[in-house]
Amino acid sequence: MDRISELTARALALLGGDPQADRAVPPTGFTARLTLFTAAAMAFLAVFAIALSLATGRLADRWSAELARTATLRISAPADQADAQVRAALTVLEQTPGVASARALSDDEERALLEPWFGPDLPLDALPIPQLIEIVETADGYDATGLRARLQAEVPGAVLDDHTRWRQPLVTAANRLRMLGWVALALIGGATAAMITLAAQSALAANAQVIRVLRLVGARDTYIARAFVRRFTLRAAAGAALGTLLGVMAVAILPDGGDAGGFLTGLGFTGLGWLAPLMIPPLAGVTAFFATRAAALRTLRTQS
Amino acid sequence: MIELSDVAYNYGGAELFSGLSLALAPGSFQFLTGPSGAGKTTLLKLCYGDLRATSGVVSLFGQNAAQMNRDDIALARRRIGVVHQDCQFLDHLPVAENIALPLQVAGRANEAEGNLDELLAWVGLSAQAGQLPPELSGGERQRAALARAVITSPDVIIADEPTGNVDWEMSQRLLTLLVELNRMGKTVLIASHDLNLIRAAKAQVSANVLRLKGGRLQAGVAL
Repeated sequence: MDRISELTARALALLGGDPQADRAVPPTGFTARLTLFTAAAMAFLAVFAIALSLATGRLADRWSAELARTATLRISAPADQADAQVRAALTVLEQTPGVASARALSDDEERALLEPWFGPDLPLDALPIPQLIEIVETADGYDATGLRARLQAEVPGAVLDDHTRWRQPLVTAANRLRMLGWVALALIGGATAAMITLAAQSALAANAQVIRVLRLVGARDTYIARAFVRRFTLRAAAGAALGTLLGVMAVAILPDGGDAGGFLTGLGFTGLGWLAPLMIPPLAGVTAFFATRAAALRTLRTQS
Repeated sequence: MIELSDVAYNYGGAELFSGLSLALAPGSFQFLTGPSGAGKTTLLKLCYGDLRATSGVVSLFGQNAAQMNRDDIALARRRIGVVHQDCQFLDHLPVAENIALPLQVAGRANEAEGNLDELLAWVGLSAQAGQLPPELSGGERQRAALARAVITSPDVIIADEPTGNVDWEMSQRLLTLLVELNRMGKTVLIASHDLNLIRAAKAQVSANVLRLKGGRLQAGVAL
């Protein structure tokens, strides 16, 4: 804790800065603007990467939650065997590890399920409607293959309808997409660090005489590095703030497709998700801080 | 203060000098003479840690220079005021700020207040205080470099041809400044081949004259 507060204090002192040390390095308008632009562009892209990750994450969670932990057993049997088969199936299910509960749907419930297709006055008794059993899984889930084998032997008319089969590929795809979003974010961070390093290197090379004079009058490496580090940190953070603002505005004005829009128009932030882009400018600053510091100290070590 | 014992320096494979020993005692005043290319500037650079000896031991304030890290060298340089032959400045800052720079980087900026004006007047640069270094003449640059070297009141002052570009009267004035500092206990080492300057100095202070020639250093040279 002490270490963290000490580091924070040092970081703040650094950003508050020594205006005199800053003056030791001549201002460079052109590279300053380039750094600002790069940081802004990267932050703009980062906003979309975050939006993508959060949106696909929501999608995967929703699909998993809505379909998880339930399955349906369908029993089609001649009328005289139906009751016996349902009882046998329920017995099997009760004995299956991973099944939390199993319940045969009543006639009323089945009628309600079929109502949208056949209307309210369906004579259920007159039709060979299969009996449905709703299965609720425990958190661990059950072994579908084993259950199917057992049912085949004991309840010949039973068909296990496991939702996992068609749900899983969708959830997997959504998760992949989310991971892709994070990878994009990591690449954006890496590219920012690389570009800041290049900009810092060029600034250091352009100021070789300044560095030499400062060394000869007894300036320590950290003093010299500070002037460069502070500059690039502030530039990167300011550029990133601008890019983030523009990115969030762009996401905010994306058209909302409502429920019908599905995945594509779901790209955006909800609730606390709107706060996620706020992380971008500080992260850009931290990235620039370490990239410039490493570049400066490396350059200084190669000089006398 | 600064001690070189059995020091050799090779430059691009060729030996510049070897077996060289020198001790700068506190409060001493030394001149270093010798023909051009004999290695005077190199010898001075060894004394403030800008170059490292190929062999032998250079000790700065009791520390072996070969074992000092970059920060140690920086701290040692705060105790050594150096006037380089090719004085370099921060060209975007005015002369006054350049002269105060050693105090600035040492975190002693508050000491600049009174001393700076006095020092500027002494080296005759009061009028140029607000100018940028590239606007100064060669002689003015040397005077500015000398002012920058002494502003921290360092223990040792090393000057490489400090009077090379200034007229006789100004060189006398700069010499007087160095002699005054020496009387205050500072160690002074000046590389110069201006024999008249050395004679003038010997009239004011007991200066030792070293001659670097053919890779050997002779002490106590009579002019």
